[in-house]
Amino acid sequence: MDTLFGIPLAALVGQVVIGLINGSFYALMSLGLAIIFGLLHVVNFAHGVQYMLGALVAWYLLDTWGISYWWALLLAPLIVGLIGLAMERFFLRHLYHLDHVYALLLTVGMGILIEGLVKFKFGIGGQPYPNPMSGGADLSVAFIPWYRLWVIAVALVVSLGTWLFIERTKIGAYLRAANENPNLVRTFGINVPRMLMLTYAFAVALAGFSGVMAAPIYQVSPHMGGSLIIVVFAVVVIGGMGSILGSIVTGFGLGVIEGLTKVFYPEGASVVIFVVMILMLAVRPSGLFGRGQ
Amino acid sequence: MTFQGKHLVWLIAALLLLLAPLAAYPLFLIKILTAALLAASVNFLVGYAGLLSFGHAMFYGSAAYVSGHVLKTWGVDALVGIAAGVLVSALLGLVTGVLAIRRQGVYFSMITLAFAQVVYFLALRLPFTGGEDGLQNVPRAPVLGLIPTDDHLAMYYVCAVIVTAAFWLIWRIVHSPFGQVLKAIRDNEPRAMSLGYRVNQYKLLAFVLSAALGGLAGSLKVMSFELATLTDVGWGTSGDALLICIVGGMATLWGPVIGAIVVIALEHSLASTPELVQIVQGLVFVLVVMLFRKGIVGQWLAWWQGRQRRQPSKPSAQEAS
Repeated sequence: MDTLFGIPLAALVGQVVIGLINGSFYALMSLGLAIIFGLLHVVNFAHGVQYMLGALVAWYLLDTWGISYWWALLLAPLIVGLIGLAMERFFLRHLYHLDHVYALLLTVGMGILIEGLVKFKFGIGGQPYPNPMSGGADLSVAFIPWYRLWVIAVALVVSLGTWLFIERTKIGAYLRAANENPNLVRTFGINVPRMLMLTYAFAVALAGFSGVMAAPIYQVSPHMGGSLIIVVFAVVVIGGMGSILGSIVTGFGLGVIEGLTKVFYPEGASVVIFVVMILMLAVRPSGLFGRGQ
Repeated sequence: MTFQGKHLVWLIAALLLLLAPLAAYPLFLIKILTAALLAASVNFLVGYAGLLSFGHAMFYGSAAYVSGHVLKTWGVDALVGIAAGVLVSALLGLVTGVLAIRRQGVYFSMITLAFAQVVYFLALRLPFTGGEDGLQNVPRAPVLGLIPTDDHLAMYYVCAVIVTAAFWLIWRIVHSPFGQVLKAIRDNEPRAMSLGYRVNQYKLLAFVLSAALGGLAGSLKVMSFELATLTDVGWGTSGDALLICIVGGMATLWGPVIGAIVVIALEHSLASTPELVQIVQGLVFVLVVMLFRKGIVGQWLAWWQGRQRRQPSKPSAQEAS
């Protein structure tokens, strides 16, 4: 059996894998957005830029000090997370008591600023990042590079791990409680401002982590975050930011839908997620996992 | 109606518009005018209806492409070309608005951004837009067959009249019963709903009006600069409009004008070092959000109103905005 519905099986498998890869990034990014939004009530418009920073730091570590991908996978999220920590501590924190729109606008401005600085320092061109895993799995119908499988597996583990952490641990319970009623949690003696800071830093580090994983697949360029984040916003509109698990499922699902569209109707692949968003708004405005709003 | 402070502001604005070409190049002034109008359309929506749009470039850009195409291929009168662009952007506003207003707050912003991205893809792919090259050599048709616009100065005065009319329209809308209902919805949507207002219809109308105004800015731009490019539909254009809004002051009539003068002049002064433009934009963005949230006009109004309150003997003027 070489074809399915008149489509070569190899192409089908290949595109599903690419769809899962894109879906991995959609899932990790929308997960981070959901965590930030759940606790801080801010949509982090700088998320794309923070993802780009992750890739950039990984590239810089390799290019300047020859630090390998595996160390970068640990170091880059730490560095990007620290940048996020500083952003929360020195900027975002001072805007919580105001209309949420100002915190949102701050992340927009920060995104523009950081992207501008990166372009100024490193130029607007893309930098290639070598593939850390050569070879791949030969499935007789299709050849799948190991690195792609690695990305999918890691994204699954990290996103499900985050979900379990928030749903099953004590710190996760504090987070969920602070989401419902921060003042009450505070009266129990929990340092809510510090918790908000660490949560933001964690979600930003997650974006940086996604960036490191993306570096060998896409080129490392200042624009890599901007084009991704708009699609991720559409994913978030479709899934709703009310549920962590919802973000993961929606992210992977839409990645696969996008991949399949590339097989059956290639011209539509770049807009299919937006079309799904339009359909969702028409049929079920609150999104798949939305709560009200 | 007696002569009040707000009338004086209009008079001064008209005088400045008339004399501005003595101080600056007409094309530079047109750039400020169109940027101010686009920002005003965003500002109207966020300031008076509480809807923060991140996708107004889609109206600006699509009107620019449509007006440019109509002027170029059909050789029609300037006003017909502009009207075509405005009409298309209003229709686009209707289609996207119906869907976008189904969600509130941040979701609304993300949806408008996503729609703008779809329009960007269309502009990249559709046959008449010229793809990466854009739409070039758009002719400057005469207005009503009488006023030639080949000269930059004449084009400037045409733009000045149209943009002033648009600002007057915004002012009238904001101070109309419709504008009052919009403000009520912005401040407390459930209450407005329980008072019997069809909230979504009001929001949709505000969105379509704002889209048409943003489109008008795009149509004037394509005629003046004789080209439409992907930059016009890109996120940068929406971001610029937002920056102008917050620098000038959200929810003020004159904020977009002052903001446009400041931001466009700033960008112009950096023309020799283009790599710095984005950094400065980002810095200004962050600075304004952190320290001067009311914007220039908003800060001035607050100071003025504070002064009025400290001097109760004087008859208090109506709000100057």
